[in-house]
Amino acid sequence: MINKVVSGPDEAIHDIPNDATLMLGGFGLTGIPENCISALLRKGVTGLTCISNNAGVDGFGIGLLLETRQVKKMISSYVGENALFEEQLLSGLLEVDLIPQGSLAERVRAGSAGIPAFFTPAGVGTEVAEGKETREFEGKTYLLESWLRADFSIIKAWKGDTAGNLIFRGTSRNFNPMMAAAGKITVVEVEELVPAGELDPNQIHTPGIYVQRIFQGKDYEKRIEQRTTRQA
Amino acid sequence: MSLDKQGIAKRIAQEIENNMYINLGIGIPTLVANYIPEGMDVVLQSENGLLGIGPFPTEAEVDADLINAGKQTVTMLPGSVLFDSAESFAMIRGGHVHLTILGAMEVSENGDIANWKIPGKMVKGMGGAMDLVASADNIIVAMQHTSRKGDSKLLPECTLPITGLKCVKKIVTNLAVLDVLGEGGFKLLERAPGVSVEEIEKATAGKLIIEGEIPEMQI
Repeated sequence: MINKVVSGPDEAIHDIPNDATLMLGGFGLTGIPENCISALLRKGVTGLTCISNNAGVDGFGIGLLLETRQVKKMISSYVGENALFEEQLLSGLLEVDLIPQGSLAERVRAGSAGIPAFFTPAGVGTEVAEGKETREFEGKTYLLESWLRADFSIIKAWKGDTAGNLIFRGTSRNFNPMMAAAGKITVVEVEELVPAGELDPNQIHTPGIYVQRIFQGKDYEKRIEQRTTRQA
Repeated sequence: MSLDKQGIAKRIAQEIENNMYINLGIGIPTLVANYIPEGMDVVLQSENGLLGIGPFPTEAEVDADLINAGKQTVTMLPGSVLFDSAESFAMIRGGHVHLTILGAMEVSENGDIANWKIPGKMVKGMGGAMDLVASADNIIVAMQHTSRKGDSKLLPECTLPITGLKCVKKIVTNLAVLDVLGEGGFKLLERAPGVSVEEIEKATAGKLIIEGEIPEMQI
C-alpha cells in the first residue's frame, strides 16, 4: 500500500500557493476541515478561490478566512449565514459565484470523473442560465453546465486508513466524497486514522486513489448552527 | 380568520399520500412534518444527504454530524439512509422525490416561482431550490397570500428574479388553496375558515378563476 500519512495540517497544506483554487468539503458547519482551515490561517496564503457549498459563519469555518481577507472568490450555493461575507461582497473585496446546489455537486462530480460538461434542468430561465447553452431533450429545456476541478481539495472524513481510504459519518459526508475526487492534490483530515487493512473494504465510501495526504486531526469543535431539540 | 403558519402546514399535510418521498423546504414547509396523518408511511428527504428524517433530538441525542438542510439538528429513523450531495440531487433531478413543498416570495399565474433573491438586498443564494423546482412533478408552495406591505404575491408575472419556470402546481396560503392551471391562472379551490371570496379576489393580482361555490377548508 502507498502510505499517504503526513504529520499534521501544516505539512498537509504546506505547498498551497497564493491564488490557488481550493475545494472545501462541508454543508453548513457539518463536515468542514477544521484543522486545515486553522493551518491556512497560520500559513496566511491569500487570493484563494474557495469552492464550498457555504462560506461558514462569522468566526468559524471559512468565515475565519474571510476575516483575514485570504479569500478572493467564493463559489457556493448558499452564503446567508455570514455578516462579514455580506460586508466584503458589498464593498467589492470579495467575488461570489452562486450556483444551484445540485449543479454545484454535479459539476464537482463531473470534474472528478472526467466529464467536461452536462445538461441539467436547474436554472433554466433564471439568471444562472445567462450566457449558457441550452438544449431541448424530449420536450424539456436543459442547461449546459461545466465541470469544476481544484488545485487542492481539503476534506474532512470520520475514519481513514494509511492508504487514504475514507468513511464518513452522518450528514457530514455531503460534498466531501466528490470534492475528494476532484482535487489535483487531495488533503484529508480524519477523526480516527487506522492502519491499512482495519477498515472493512465493503464499507469504504471514498477509495484512497483520490487521496494524496491524510492525517488524524484533533480538537474538533463541531459547532452547531441550529441546535434544535425536543423534550426528552 | 386567515390561517396562521401552523394552519397552512396542517392544510398542506392533507395533500400528502401514502408511500411518498417528500422534500420539505425551510420555514412553513418544515412544520408540515408535524401534521403528517397517523398511519401514513412517508419518507422525508433532506438534500444535504439524508432519507428518513426523524424528530428533533433530545438534548442527550444531539449529534453535530446529523443535521437537516436548514442546519437544524435532527435524528434518524429505522430505515434511514445517508448519502453524498451528488447522489441526493440525482434523486431530486431524477424524479424519485414525489413531492416538494417550499416557500415563495412570488408565484405567477403560469406557475413561475421567485424565492431566492431580492435585487439591491443581500443575496444569500438559491441553495437547492432551483434544482428542486426544475425537477419535481408535484410542487406545492406554502406562503402568505400578500407581502407585509399588503401587496399580492400571486401575480400575472413575477417581478423578482425567477427560481424556476412553470413549475408550481398548487398554492396554500393563509387565505386559500389554489391550483395553478397549465393554461394559466389561479383556480380557487378552498377558502380559509371565515375568509370570503371577495377578500381572496382583492388579495390576488394574477388571474383568479372562480367556479361555483368555494368551500371552506376542513382543518
